[in-house]
Amino acid sequence: MSKKERAVAKRKKKWDGISNFFRANSIWMLMYCTGCCAIELPQAMTSKYDMERLGMGPMATPRQADVILVTGYLSVKTLRRVIYAYEQMGEPKYLVAFGPCTINGGIYYDAHPVIKSLDQYLPIDVYIAGCMPKPEAVMNGFQDLIDMIKRKEANGWRKYQENKEWYRENQIHALGELRIKDEFHE
Amino acid sequence: MITIIISILIALGILVFAFLWQTTLSGITRKIVGRYQKRYGPRFYQNFRDIFKALSKRGITHGWVYSFGVIMAVGGIMATVMFLPLFGIVPFPGVDNFFIYVYLFAVGMLGMAMSAVGSGNPLAGIGVMRALTQMVGYEVPFMIVVLAMIYGHGTSSLSELAAIQQTSGFLSWNLVKMPIGTIVGFICLLGMLGKKPFETFIAPAEIASGPMVEYGGKQLGMLMIMHELATFIEISLFVNLFLGGATPIVFGETTVLVGLSSVVGFLLKYSIVYIVSALISNALGRFKIDQVIKYFYKVPIVLAIIQALIVVFLGWGV
Repeated sequence: MSKKERAVAKRKKKWDGISNFFRANSIWMLMYCTGCCAIELPQAMTSKYDMERLGMGPMATPRQADVILVTGYLSVKTLRRVIYAYEQMGEPKYLVAFGPCTINGGIYYDAHPVIKSLDQYLPIDVYIAGCMPKPEAVMNGFQDLIDMIKRKEANGWRKYQENKEWYRENQIHALGELRIKDEFHE
Repeated sequence: MITIIISILIALGILVFAFLWQTTLSGITRKIVGRYQKRYGPRFYQNFRDIFKALSKRGITHGWVYSFGVIMAVGGIMATVMFLPLFGIVPFPGVDNFFIYVYLFAVGMLGMAMSAVGSGNPLAGIGVMRALTQMVGYEVPFMIVVLAMIYGHGTSSLSELAAIQQTSGFLSWNLVKMPIGTIVGFICLLGMLGKKPFETFIAPAEIASGPMVEYGGKQLGMLMIMHELATFIEISLFVNLFLGGATPIVFGETTVLVGLSSVVGFLLKYSIVYIVSALISNALGRFKIDQVIKYFYKVPIVLAIIQALIVVFLGWGV
């Protein structure tokens, strides 16, 4: 690495440190509420646990969001939509997976249309345990995500960039075909 | 030459103040709304965090119309703020006519509309269409009231309209002289701000936040700055036109004290108007777009015409 490259890398690291402070304290969510874990989110958002005091809020579209919440099991059909939504989000982006269904299929372990392990297809930053996770666990998981962003450990999006071929191979293996395209400009 | 430089410096000062003040106030309002809903609410500087986070993200583009429109929107609104008189200080003397704000404001809004349509998303197109339709709704009654006011007072300069209301204390405010017009103005202000009975063009659950649907990262951060500045313009116009502008709350001989208290008076009125509109927004549901137009062309327009007739033929409120 030449001297100039090292200086650029150092400056980039410093800038990342500053922007991680803002990123950690202002997390906008895209809620992909297909599974049953989604029912715990309203309590975490409203007056009982009040997610907004951590700077978190719901957003309407993937473009605006920083974190995508995958709440529960994913069928092959919904996995395709999650991948499309994840690809649309601006970097840095994070993924929080709820419940055992995203780890090993959970109670759907022998169902043929349900994918078993989400981290084969998309990088996961935080898992939240429980079937379904209680609101306390949800809040705890978000606090973990915030701490990870502050410590620069929430690097799922970097992992996805670096190992894109491997992820893409798995995605195509499960889905048959995958068309990542700009639908509005073709 | 020096006067022009001083004018530009004052205008830039107003721009910075407008951004800092409105962003802080909307953070405080988020906190108040949180308490209103029995929540704790975010920190008061949360909006700064949101804006800087959005600016630090990696942005995408949908072509040059999309990118250029955002710059046009922010630039147009910034230009409008720089012409705005603040606390009775006019940055460019003689160029504070009411119609300047109306036309310059439209530059920013049309820039945003162009950029949103340029993103190619159909929801953005629907949002822009709704925003422009709603504009047709609230502009007509608002303009009728303001034109009647301009006819009555014989001037269309914003600082002079504010100065006329500062002649004899509370009783010379247009709130007292033209009460029906003030009600119309406040309803139209809710429409301009996109607060909740008239939130049709944002509608996050229905058309996925309308014009903003394709924005993320830097462009979204710039649009948030634009939104804060646009809110500042709209509420400043309302306070200057109807609530007497920067009226002092302490009276006496000392010029410095009176001047400072007039700053406090302006900011107090501004905060009350903004917080009340936010509370109304959180207590009501959302109209459909046809209901918005029917409402604006039924209630405020009739009240506005009554107010205009009173001012023009009876001479009350002059």
